[in-house]
Amino acid sequence: MKALRQYLDKIKPNFEKGGKFEKLHSSFDAFETLLFVPKTTSKTGVHIHDAIDSKRTMAVVVMALIPALLFGIWNTGYQHFLATGQGADFWPMIGYGAIKVLPIVIVSYVVGLGIEFMFAQLRGHEVAEGFLVSGMLIPLVLPADIPLWMVAVATAFAVVIGKEVFGGTGMNIWNPALIARAFLFFAYPSKMSGDLIWVSGMSKGEGIVDGFSGATALGEAAVLKSGEGLGRLADGGVYDLWNSFIGMIPGSIGETSTLAILIGAVILLLTGIANWKIMVSVFAGGFIMAYGFNLIGANELMNVPALHQLCLGGFAFGAVFMATDPVSGARTDKGKYIYGFLIGVFAILIRVFNPAYPEGVMLAILLMNTFAPLIDHVIVQQNIKRRLKRVNA
Amino acid sequence: MENIINIFIKSIFIDNMVFAYFLGMCSYLAVSKTVKTSFGLGLAVVFVLVITVPADYLLNEYVLKAGALSWLGEGFVDVDLSFLSFIMFIAVIASMVQLVEMIVEKFAPALYSSLGIFLPLIAVNCAILGGSLFMQERQYASLAEATSFGLGSGIGWLLAIVGIAAIREKLKYSDIPAPLRGLGITFIVTGLMGIAFMSFMGIQL
Repeated sequence: MKALRQYLDKIKPNFEKGGKFEKLHSSFDAFETLLFVPKTTSKTGVHIHDAIDSKRTMAVVVMALIPALLFGIWNTGYQHFLATGQGADFWPMIGYGAIKVLPIVIVSYVVGLGIEFMFAQLRGHEVAEGFLVSGMLIPLVLPADIPLWMVAVATAFAVVIGKEVFGGTGMNIWNPALIARAFLFFAYPSKMSGDLIWVSGMSKGEGIVDGFSGATALGEAAVLKSGEGLGRLADGGVYDLWNSFIGMIPGSIGETSTLAILIGAVILLLTGIANWKIMVSVFAGGFIMAYGFNLIGANELMNVPALHQLCLGGFAFGAVFMATDPVSGARTDKGKYIYGFLIGVFAILIRVFNPAYPEGVMLAILLMNTFAPLIDHVIVQQNIKRRLKRVNA
Repeated sequence: MENIINIFIKSIFIDNMVFAYFLGMCSYLAVSKTVKTSFGLGLAVVFVLVITVPADYLLNEYVLKAGALSWLGEGFVDVDLSFLSFIMFIAVIASMVQLVEMIVEKFAPALYSSLGIFLPLIAVNCAILGGSLFMQERQYASLAEATSFGLGSGIGWLLAIVGIAAIREKLKYSDIPAPLRGLGITFIVTGLMGIAFMSFMGIQL
């Protein structure tokens, strides 16, 4: 550690004003602050100094994502061997999953960070740390079989159009990871939906065991008009409550396991990084909506028990990691409740009513990202009005 | 009754004037700098749509449509005046906008001055004419359906412009690259909002 520090101190003058590599200042700065807590402090105004800064914050979120990632790696292997009918032990599954998943993670990070660095250099600001999280979120919301070039294109689109045009981290209106997913979803629908893509190897036509379905639970229930789809969701079926809670179902890499996601949620809440108000109200909104649909029960998806709905698809992942994004979400306290609740409501609504997009959670969050500034605006105006009244009274 | 509610919800979210058809873009882009003004303009659009769509419906039903004039007598059964719909619809819309302009000027002078030229320009706002033409094309069955369609499209447009105005107010604090400031970023934001609204596409009501 010490040697590294000394080395950095030695080469530092090269990157400062007038140095040889003056232009690369922000790249150097990024690496230095990533490795060590920066010594510089703010010079003007009132500031509260804390050990945590945005790099540390982002690192905690990435840690919270690790359980979902590890489970995703295992599940990719598990689903693959289940589909091809080969029995396999724990390690081959992990091995297969790692070969499939890790390249996606690497591509996402390399492309995203590359663009980040480029923009930082060109515009002369610091390399922002926001992408550390986005770069991990993007692979986790994609199916394991996605071609790597698509990951690269989507990441580039998300970073440039979703973030950099607004001025970089902290300024964006929509969550970049969701933009990446929505981009792929609408640009390459055949690679992002259907029943062949969720299990690795199936889209290449590798052998499928009779009776195995690679569709996600939601896709299945949306397509099948008969009771069969629902049968798989019932107790003892492939997608019953327990399996979907643990996550042994086909789906995007990181979203299947509600358990792993909840571990991440605990980390986020204990460290105080994610906002519990949003998380709780998303689940509340989803549960109330799903329960209401249970009472109506007009089609297959309406009949899925409310608790089960919350474990399926990307609901938990969206609620814990996407909706709580402090940049794109609502910022006022009252606004957070409204924002979260509406995400839950719209997610279930889209899931139930829109057969084209059974995985509607991500779109629901994007939609509420759109209206978060409006919600905040209304709340702030209300506060102003109330206080004016108090002053004038 | 269910039909009317369906049309209402559909025209707000699924067939949103701005995000599904990209109609009424000029005032949508130009007057969306602050939430307050855009809310005023949105209300004006709602008002005009609620009046013109049913009015044009009646016009279409009893004057313009093929065979609509049969109430005049036997000799008029074959008359088809639908080639006149554009000019007739525009005439109705223009007169309604005059009315709105006078009302706004009288009761909300501050809003009147902040809307400026865009208030009279509602007359040529494509969302308004689009509303009437969609009504004609989709052949709504009753006056109530046409009214609910007009109200729904108006509210959808209001939602869109107020939404983007709130985003643009927030964007004032963003460090947007210089070439994109102003209209450039607004176009990008509109496109991304369109992606978010695509979540409703394909919903069958």
